[in-house]
Amino acid sequence: MTSISVTVNGATRKHDVEPRMLLVHYLREVLGLTGTHVGCDTSQCGACCVCVDGLVVKSCTVLAVQANGSKVTTIEGMSAPGLLHPLQEAFWEEHGLQCGFCTPGMIMAADDLLRRNPTPTEEEIRAGLDGNLCRCTGYHNIVKAVQRAAGRMGQTRDTFTIDAMAGKTDEFPTPAAKH
Amino acid sequence: MKGVIAGLEMREPSSLDEALSAMRNDPSLVPLAGCTDLYVALNFGTLESTRFLNLWSIDELRVIEKSNDALSIGALTTYKSIIQSKLVRKRLPMLISAAREIGGAQIHNRGTLGGNIANGSPAGDTLPVLAAADATVVMRSADAERRVPLTQFYTGYRKSVLRADELIVAVEIPSFSGKQWFRKVGTRAAQAISKVVMAAVRSPRPRIALGSVAPTVIRLPMTEGALEEGAPIQEAQRILMDEISPIDDMRSTEEYRRRVASNLLGRFWAETE
Repeated sequence: MTSISVTVNGATRKHDVEPRMLLVHYLREVLGLTGTHVGCDTSQCGACCVCVDGLVVKSCTVLAVQANGSKVTTIEGMSAPGLLHPLQEAFWEEHGLQCGFCTPGMIMAADDLLRRNPTPTEEEIRAGLDGNLCRCTGYHNIVKAVQRAAGRMGQTRDTFTIDAMAGKTDEFPTPAAKH
Repeated sequence: MKGVIAGLEMREPSSLDEALSAMRNDPSLVPLAGCTDLYVALNFGTLESTRFLNLWSIDELRVIEKSNDALSIGALTTYKSIIQSKLVRKRLPMLISAAREIGGAQIHNRGTLGGNIANGSPAGDTLPVLAAADATVVMRSADAERRVPLTQFYTGYRKSVLRADELIVAVEIPSFSGKQWFRKVGTRAAQAISKVVMAAVRSPRPRIALGSVAPTVIRLPMTEGALEEGAPIQEAQRILMDEISPIDDMRSTEEYRRRVASNLLGRFWAETE
């Protein structure tokens, strides 16, 4: 077992984990944050996307021990309880989902894109999300949702950055850990 | 995790020297960094090693710089850093084209150039670029450093001259002139593994490298020679089809790969006139 300390959605979490444990399993099974999904297990589909130190990664090919000392944001950390992040709101309004399985990963990848490029063209959105698969093929509305969120976040960006959220993390109800 | 690995040991060196001495003392250690290839194999139970050396925090291997007149790219440089590098954009734009087509943003953030070389897949997308650019692989052990041209680095399918106590620390690309060209053909535009991938340089002595058409990445000296002597492109395309040795596999067929490789040569020639 290896001791790790990871700041997840603003709260510092310390656990002893097996070195072989994947970050996605740490998030889902140890921390109970099941919003991050496991789709393909091979870093193709993007359902497991989370943000590590400001960069989106596929958490099915990152070990939990490799996230030691890092700041991790999952879909649960995108907004405070009861509130929606502009991306979440836009996915709702534009119907950017069908079954919803890919949605958390899509939102994490879209957030990464908008941090790099706050005013992307449609082509740039499609390129920015090309690491994420929607098996319902609902890409059209996903792109529209990201466009809508980009327009809205132009003015309100600061309110929703991860750093702005960091001070409010005690309000995040984290489900009890299983082990 | 589905794999059969019950235990896994991870060493965390904090410097290159520490990593190299750990590898000298224990050659069974397998270095890892972004894990984008390695962890898939581990998870599927096709990787036997259970002892790993995590290189991710060794920032001294992330430097992109001019060294003498060569461009030197550290082994842990991610695809994202390559895409963002002005120096790479100026000197080796075809490497940026290749990096952009590897996976999506998430893989750009984790996957490394050294990892692509060490993984040694004949479909590795940066490898034709490095072969066409006459890149040299810089390897270091606790005792010594050595340099091997990329075209002599691989000795067979996923086999290389890299020893168990050595790490790839950088690649060096000498400066050269000519129009650079890169094209990848896969099942879909985004994050597909290449069926055929070509990098080429248009100059009085053309350079052509192909991936996914032989057990390793290859240069095409006969095709290059024909073009250099002014042979018509159709003749060069015929020579190319004889110079490669593609196979049928899950991603494509031998015949398709031969024809597409030939078409890519034609496209390269027409687009770089």
